Order: sequence, then C-alpha cells, then structure tokens
Amino acid sequence: MTEKMASASPSYRLTSLSRTRQIVFSSPLVTISTLVLIIIILSALLAPWVVPHDPVRLTPSVRLKPPSDLYWLGTDAFGRDLFSRIITGGRISLVVGVAAAIFAVALGLLLGLMAGYIRWVDAVLMRMVDGLMAIPSILLAIAIVSLWGASLWTVLFAITIPEVPRVVRLVRSIVLSAREEPYVEAAIAAGSPTTLIMRRHLLPNTIAPLIIQGTYICASAILTEAILSFLGAGINPETPSWGNIMAEGRIYFQINPGIVLWPGLVVSVAILSINLLGDAVRDALDPRMAKRGIER
Amino acid sequence: MSLLEISGLRIALNGDEDKQVVKGLNLKIEPGQTMCLVGESGSGKSLSALSVMGLLPNVLSPIAGSILLKGENLLDASAHRMRSLRATSMSMIFQEPMTALNPVARVGQQIEEVLEFHSDISQSARRSRVKEMMEAVHLPDVDKMYNSFPHQLSGGQRQRIMIAMALIMSPQLLIADEPTTALDVTTQAQILSLIRELREEQGAAVLFITHDMGVVSEIADDVTVLKLGEVMETQSVDNLLRYPQTDYTRALLQSVPSQVPRPERNKTSEGIVLATNDLCKTYDSAGFLKKARQVKAAQGVSISLMKGRTLGIVGESGSGKSTVARCIMRLIDPTSGSIMVGGRDIATLSQKELKPHRKKIQIVFQDPMRSLNPRIEVGQSIIEGPLNFGVPRNTAMARARELLELVGLPASAVDRFPHQFSGGQRQRIAIARALAMDPDVLVADEAVSALDVSVQAQVLDLLAELQERLGLGILFITHDLGVAAQICDDVLVMQNGQVVEYGPAAKVLGAPQQDYTKALIAAAPGRHWDFANFRPFAEAAN
Repeated sequence: MTEKMASASPSYRLTSLSRTRQIVFSSPLVTISTLVLIIIILSALLAPWVVPHDPVRLTPSVRLKPPSDLYWLGTDAFGRDLFSRIITGGRISLVVGVAAAIFAVALGLLLGLMAGYIRWVDAVLMRMVDGLMAIPSILLAIAIVSLWGASLWTVLFAITIPEVPRVVRLVRSIVLSAREEPYVEAAIAAGSPTTLIMRRHLLPNTIAPLIIQGTYICASAILTEAILSFLGAGINPETPSWGNIMAEGRIYFQINPGIVLWPGLVVSVAILSINLLGDAVRDALDPRMAKRGIER
Repeated sequence: MSLLEISGLRIALNGDEDKQVVKGLNLKIEPGQTMCLVGESGSGKSLSALSVMGLLPNVLSPIAGSILLKGENLLDASAHRMRSLRATSMSMIFQEPMTALNPVARVGQQIEEVLEFHSDISQSARRSRVKEMMEAVHLPDVDKMYNSFPHQLSGGQRQRIMIAMALIMSPQLLIADEPTTALDVTTQAQILSLIRELREEQGAAVLFITHDMGVVSEIADDVTVLKLGEVMETQSVDNLLRYPQTDYTRALLQSVPSQVPRPERNKTSEGIVLATNDLCKTYDSAGFLKKARQVKAAQGVSISLMKGRTLGIVGESGSGKSTVARCIMRLIDPTSGSIMVGGRDIATLSQKELKPHRKKIQIVFQDPMRSLNPRIEVGQSIIEGPLNFGVPRNTAMARARELLELVGLPASAVDRFPHQFSGGQRQRIAIARALAMDPDVLVADEAVSALDVSVQAQVLDLLAELQERLGLGILFITHDLGVAAQICDDVLVMQNGQVVEYGPAAKVLGAPQQDYTKALIAAAPGRHWDFANFRPFAEAAN
C-alpha cells in the first residue's frame, strides 16, 4: 500500500521534492521569504551557540548603549545585548507559532470532520464555535492567561483556542460539500464504516486548505504571542521573546528606539515571509491554477 | 454573399501548431438559415462558436483562417469593434441559463442593459421594447416577470430570457451553444419551436451547436459534423440523415437510441429481486419562526423487479425518480413504505442492521468524473466494498482484475488513478466496482446521461451483456425515453413525485394511456427518424 502511494501520480502529492522546488522558486519574493525564514529558524535553533553575548546576563555598566562593534544592535536598560536577545527570543516565538498552528489544525480537523459528517454534533458544536468566535481573540487569550497564570503552556493554549473555530468552519465546509460527492455515496453503498469514509474519502480533501490555513495561524500566533508579552500577559519576562523585549523597551523608546524597533522589524519580516509562503502554497494548490498548469 | 463564412479556421493551444483543437473549419451560413454544428465532446464545436464571438479563453487562439461576418473579418477586428458587433450583428445563448444570467439582477433589467449599451432610446421606450420582446418569446405575465430574479423562474423561462436578451437588437446571426441540453424534454421542444419561430420572424441565421441528432433532425437546414476538430462532412439535414458520407457519421447515427420499445423478453420465473410497496419520501422544512413546508418528493411508488430484467424509471427533473433510487439504496431514509431486497424489508433497518444487505444492491452514478475518489487507485476503489465484508485483500484484488477485464479494461488498470481514464472508461470502472459486491440488483442512476452517444451505446451494450451473463436485475433511472425504450422491459413514468404510468415498455412507450406520457413521447426530439436505418419511421411503415 505505502509503496504504491509513493509511486503515485504527482498531481495529488504535495510533498514531492519537485513540487516543493516549484513552490519555492515560483517568484523571487517567495524565494527571499523562504531564505529569510530559514535564517530565522536556524539562528533560533542554534541560538545558544551563535549569540555573541549571554542574552540574560545583566551588565549595568553598558545600559542603553547605541549599536557598536561589541553590541551590534546596542543594549537594553539592564545592559543586555539586544542582538543576542532577539535571536534567543525567536525560539519562544517560533515554538509558539508552529505549535499553535499544529494544535489548532489538529483539533479543528477533528471537530470539523465530526461537525461536517454527523448531524447532531454539527448542531451542538457549531453553536459553541459561533460563541467562541464572537469573543475577540486577544481578549480571550488574556482571560485564559490571567485565569491560569503565564507559562509556555497556558500561553500556547490561550493562543491556540481562539484559532480553532476558523479551522473547524473551514474543515466543516469542505466536508459538507465533499460528502455529497458520488464517490462518498458509493462508499456508503459499499458498507464502509463512518471512520473509513472520513479517513479515506473526506480527510484528504482538507489537507491542502489546512496547510495554507496553518501558515496563517502560525503567523498570527507569533503576533498574538508578541502582543500578549507586550501587554504583560505573556511568558515570564525573564525569558526573552520578541514581544517582551519590545514591552521592556518601550519606556526607553526616546533614549534607544532600537530596543522596540529591531524586534518589531524581525516580527514583521517573519510574519510577512510566512504569509508570502502560505500564499505561494495556496496558488500552487488552487485547483484553477493546477488546471492551467496541465494545459500548459 | 453569405452572412457568415468561416474558412480554414484553425485554433491552437498557446499558438502551438502541434496542439490544434480546431483543424481547418469551413462553414457558410446564409441569412434565415439554420446550420447545426454536431459533434461529441472534444470535437471543437463550442470553441468554433466562441471564436466567432471573440470569446475564446486566453490560452486558445486562432492561428489561421478567417471568419467573415457580412464580409468583415472578425479575427482582425479590434476589441472595440467586436463589442459593438456583439448583440447588434451577432449574439449568443448558452447551455445553462442559470449561470449565464446574473443571479442578483432582475431579468428585465438584464435585457434592458443590452439596449442601454447599444441604442440611444429613452428609458421608457427601452422598457416597453423589453416587454415587447419578453412577449415575443412567450413569457407569461410580463409586467411581473420583468422584476423577477433568475432563481424565481423555471429553466425554460430563463432560457427564454436569454433568447430575448440575444435577439433584442435584432442581430442577423444567433449562435446557440447547446441551448436545450440542460432542459427537460418538453421544455426543449418549446424552446426549439421558439427559435424556429423567431428565425422566421426576424430572418436571422442560426448557428446551432448540439450533440443530439434528435435535435438536429428537428431544427437544422444544414449540418456540419465535427470530430476532434476536423470537419467530417457538411450536408443538408435530410441528405445527412439518409445518406451519411463518412463512417463516423454513420456510426454516430447508429448509436442514437431508437424510440421504439424493445421486444419483450421471456419472463423468467426466478423470482423478484427488488420490490417496493407504497414507497414515500417527504421533506419537511420546518424551522425556527418559519412556516413548515412539506415537499412530497416521491409518493406511493410500488415496483417489482425480477432477476435478469430491467425496469426503467423515466421522468423529467424534479419528478422524484432519483429520490426513489436513493431511497432504495438507503442513501436517504424513506418516510414510509417498504423496500424488499432478497425477501427482507430494508426500509426501516438501522445502518448497522443494513450492512449485510448492502452487498445485494449496488449503484452506478451519473457523473463519471465524480463517482470515483480521485486520490486513490482504481483497484483500491473496487476492493473497498469486498474488504468491508471480510474478503482477504489478495482475493479481492484478483477479483478486481477479473472484473476490469469483464468490463473491457486491462487488468493493469487497478494501479492507475481515475484521471488517467476517459469518461466512458470511468463509468466501466464504476460498474466493475458495483459488480465486485456480487449484487442481485444494479441501480443505474442516469448512468449514461453524461456520456457521448457512441460511448453511451457501448456502455448500454456492456450492461446488457453483464445482465445476460450474471442475471442482474437492473433498475435504470433515465430522462431519455430513447435509452429507456432500448433497454427496459418495464417502464415506470413519474411526474412531480407521483407515478403516472407503470407497465411493460411496449405498452407504456408504444401505446401510452396517460396524457403526460403521451406529451413526453411527443416532445422527444427526432422521434420521427429511424436514425439507425437512415430513414423516417413513416417510410418504414409504408
């Protein structure tokens, strides 16, 4: 079975190397975004080995210094190296972004499949989803964090939950249209159990849209984490993250604006890159684009 | 000078010489004449028409030839010039009037828009002109209908609106691209006579595109037959139907199902494989703060199907024929009545209790593009059912290979994906999948309606052959009386969820008792022609 899937025709496979290459090199902007993302991810992963200074060591003698040969982006109010802190802060931000995307997609997929295929689940679940969507996501996240206290897990939970309803709705709408397809009815007529129908005939339809949705969630989670940290409802301020670097720096904005601007720039660039990559994946998977590709 | 003269027209994909979809089309239409462009899917008939209107999709372009409208070459005309020619000199109606009309604009205003762009008359004059035109296409209650939205009209009324829109500037050329294919047969007859009537009144020439030889025999003066972008022959309609010059045309005509019912087969006494008694399906649309509305989709349907025989359910759209099929398959739950399969009533069984009975009755759907999961190999689709019933994978796969050969495909097809097959081949695969369960009954829900007529004939032959070999009882749902006449032993006619007439095919289709059945038969296009024998039925009788 698995061998056969591997030899399968390329048009329905998303992970093949040539396909990835095609997406990455679809436009110069996408290529640059991919490069930027690789640099950000690598430097975050290797942060303990690549940072020039200890990101949490206080050196009061060099407080609020402008950029220099020693401190490339200057120092903050406690004399900590800003460059090292931004690189290290990427770890939290990226972990939160990727993890929130994975959790939200997984949970949303499960609930969406059930809502789309089982009538009574739909009626109950979708009303709860509507309720959840009515609450602004930042407010909901702040409420959750203040309820359970700030830790990596509660922040992650607080960021994931507001993203789930969108995924549920997406999956549900795909399932609702896919379940009307004759091949699903043929499977019912063949006596296939519900779990098999979901796994085999419905779930594959949701993969492509979910990959795209996942990239958007990842970008928005990084931003939400930064906002939460900036508002003081985020992860413990001793652990650097892009958000709390900016939060700490904002009172010194007039003395050393770099403390706010540099992490802000990194957040913007990271989110822009992820969104551009998401758009590129969407264009590559869009059936209309794919059709044009075949005609060529 | 001819009104429209197409010569040596070649249309290619991305301007590539090797990828021609229309290969040297020559065509002449005189004023007041109807030219039918006939061909199966992929013949390039629609593309030819679109190129006249200058509406080809971007990837396609004419690379040679000329299209002269009153002596003016349309291929050289600027976009601005084309815009002013459309509606005033030539106009077009499409297959699906629901999508051709703007769903959020009132139909009267959509017609008026044409006048707004192409004439200078005042608003009140425009409005009265639109109403005149709506009366000319025989729309009822014009004042009210002017303010209707497309979804409030029936399919036939929408197509009349399209025709009114196309003819309001009195163009000399009307292009009709399969204008009746999406319509019911009685509506089709009305639209065809409307097009004939308006052609005579306005003296316009008509370029009529169709795949249906019956429609050709009703409306054409001249016919051009296309195959894969090449002209097979051009003849007057009478000559073409009597003396086709090419093998292709001959085969095409012989594939047209005859309207004469098949002779009755000997009844085998082997018993009833499927029976329903007073089967009903009612949809309730009660909602919060909403008036409860009941739709009776099917009422009091009682049928019995014997082993080795074919029962046809015929009717127009909305007649409830598919509802019956889906109830019998238990894809939807019937409201009342019984469904006896193999001596057991399955109408009220739960999905779990139903499972052992599922294998006795299988279904083949209409759309071959959607009835197979595009993401899994054909073999996996075929063995899914047997695996559910505990057949070992190897045994099931070996059987799948046998079945594919049985339906005329290579056994190696098991490893391929649905998109690698044509529509007819996919329908064969769908039949193989149904047979994999060794059913007693095969339900064919418009199983040949989406296929070209020559492929349709092959699939019908295949079904007949399988029935002969396996003793299948076939429940055949169709809107096409010709197909029903060709393969059914018994016929049930439905209208608005009610059974109109039920009996042996020879009786129901040969000597109908009910007015509706008579009207249905009278509306079938080309019923006077015996296409397979190249002569009208009237001559055969003499």
